[in-house]
Amino acid sequence: MGGDFWCVFWWHGLNESLPSTEAVMFLKFSLRSVFYGAGGGNDIQWCFSQVKGAVDDDVAEADIISTVEFNHSGELLATGDKGGRVVIFQQEQENKTQSHSRGEYNVYSTFQSHEPEFDYLKSLEIEEKINKIRWLPQKNAAQFLLSTNDKTIKLWKISERDKRPEGYNLKEEDGRYRDPTTVTTLRVPVFRPMDLMVEASPRRIFANAHTYHINSISINSDYETYLSADDLRINLWHLEITDRSFNIVDIKPANMEELTEVITAAEFHPNSCSTFVYSSSKGTIRLCDMRASALCDRHSKLFEEPEDPSNRSFFSEIISSISDVKFSHSGRYMMTRDYLSVKIWDLNMENRPVETYQVHEYLRSKLCSLYENDCIFDKFECCWNGSDSIVMTGSYNNFFRMFDRNSKRDITLEASRENNKPRTVLKPRKVCASGKRKKDEISVDSLDFNKKILHTAWHPKENIIAVATTNNLYIFQDKMN
Amino acid sequence: PKCFPGAQNPAEDLEDTQEKDKSIPPERAEEAKLKAKYPNLGQKPGGSDFLMKRLQKGQKYFDSGDYNMAKAKMKNKQLPSAGPDKNLVTGDHIPTPQDLPQRKSSLVTSKLAG
Repeated sequence: MGGDFWCVFWWHGLNESLPSTEAVMFLKFSLRSVFYGAGGGNDIQWCFSQVKGAVDDDVAEADIISTVEFNHSGELLATGDKGGRVVIFQQEQENKTQSHSRGEYNVYSTFQSHEPEFDYLKSLEIEEKINKIRWLPQKNAAQFLLSTNDKTIKLWKISERDKRPEGYNLKEEDGRYRDPTTVTTLRVPVFRPMDLMVEASPRRIFANAHTYHINSISINSDYETYLSADDLRINLWHLEITDRSFNIVDIKPANMEELTEVITAAEFHPNSCSTFVYSSSKGTIRLCDMRASALCDRHSKLFEEPEDPSNRSFFSEIISSISDVKFSHSGRYMMTRDYLSVKIWDLNMENRPVETYQVHEYLRSKLCSLYENDCIFDKFECCWNGSDSIVMTGSYNNFFRMFDRNSKRDITLEASRENNKPRTVLKPRKVCASGKRKKDEISVDSLDFNKKILHTAWHPKENIIAVATTNNLYIFQDKMN
Repeated sequence: PKCFPGAQNPAEDLEDTQEKDKSIPPERAEEAKLKAKYPNLGQKPGGSDFLMKRLQKGQKYFDSGDYNMAKAKMKNKQLPSAGPDKNLVTGDHIPTPQDLPQRKSSLVTSKLAG
């Protein structure tokens, strides 16, 4: 590494004799922490680990990945797609002899969560696309997750079966009934081991509570209730009760022609079971407290960054629309993603974000074409790392960006099959906004706007990330020495 | 020491922005471009068009009376068919059974699991 090489020479200049190996190692270590920041993100060297999905360029619509989510331990990784299917990957147990890499993620279970439906009364086609998956914390041997399409939320139980009963009296092993006259002895069936089978079964179906399209689900820290949000309403459910839900937010105007704002995302606070937030298409976030009233139409806090009126344009409102909101693990901060930036808000300060990171500012001078090709309406998600020190979000050309909140440095990486040798460190990418393009830079006009990374997820404890391109899932890990 | 990977070069970006600021901010320039192409954009008063369109996603309309009358009128001629975007009903086009996307049959396993 250039930085380390430099520091050896500096040391040599100060002393007559060559430094001992220990002294050099100590200096390398201490200088590294000065430059990269203690625990800073950019001393992470990201390496390709795995890629899932088909190689061919002709992408079937059903294969478009629509959501990615790690479970609470990080052992399981779930994806949902436009075809209504869920695929769950499980991390292999760590191999003690292979100390240079963590366990790989292999297919654990796959099932059809939602099917296409047609509402004949309203002439509405209901897509089977999985909008969100949220895991429940594990309480027993089985795993539970909530998956939702535009209208219906389902609670799925994923359980393992590794034994089966054998030795029935009235049935053969293949299930056919025996002729009762041939049964001359009586035996007790016993459980014998079998090949592991992972079964997914729908345990609850929460339907008919949303007139508009569900964009978010969020499980409460009480682990008993959860919320579901559509464009105009938010409902509160109990995980055990499917025939009833409580409406807690309703922003539908009496006259629909007065509609100016829709709900874009909602999430429960990670620790406070009475608190949740929802974001809007106008760039505001409202924090509500369910103890204040049954219907939380009046917010407890309103987070909004004042806009400079002189900067206002036709595009201002569209690009300020928040596509995702996520609380930090600590619960002290929340992050929002709008079209061009990621903002970190301190829950104690409503009038402006505490940090703003530009994702792809060079697109500001391309807004006209992005409006024409509808890309301006793309909904990017964002996520925190386990320690809340780094945030990550996607961009175009299969680029994704990470921002280290401590060192204030950022990096752009690419999810591409070209870098797919395990333990190859990913090379940072740079977009040239204008003027002379340096070697290895890519110009804005060469970006592929059909290659969008909308969904990313960070392992809750480790430096393992899952990045979804249109139809492939990439897993990257930090380089372990 | 060489520049750290991923660091934006703020001096360069600022220069570009300042150059543009001398004339028009980039967003306004883009707005002017759009208004030049679509002069009627944003003229309609009242609620936001694009919000309404978003709420109506998935809505399909079919009126059997319209459909049969149109068929009778046309007699031997073909009914105007849907354009590339089958979800938009424009002009004389009346949704026909041929236009409706085929109901999907049972899906195969995801390629992610392959």
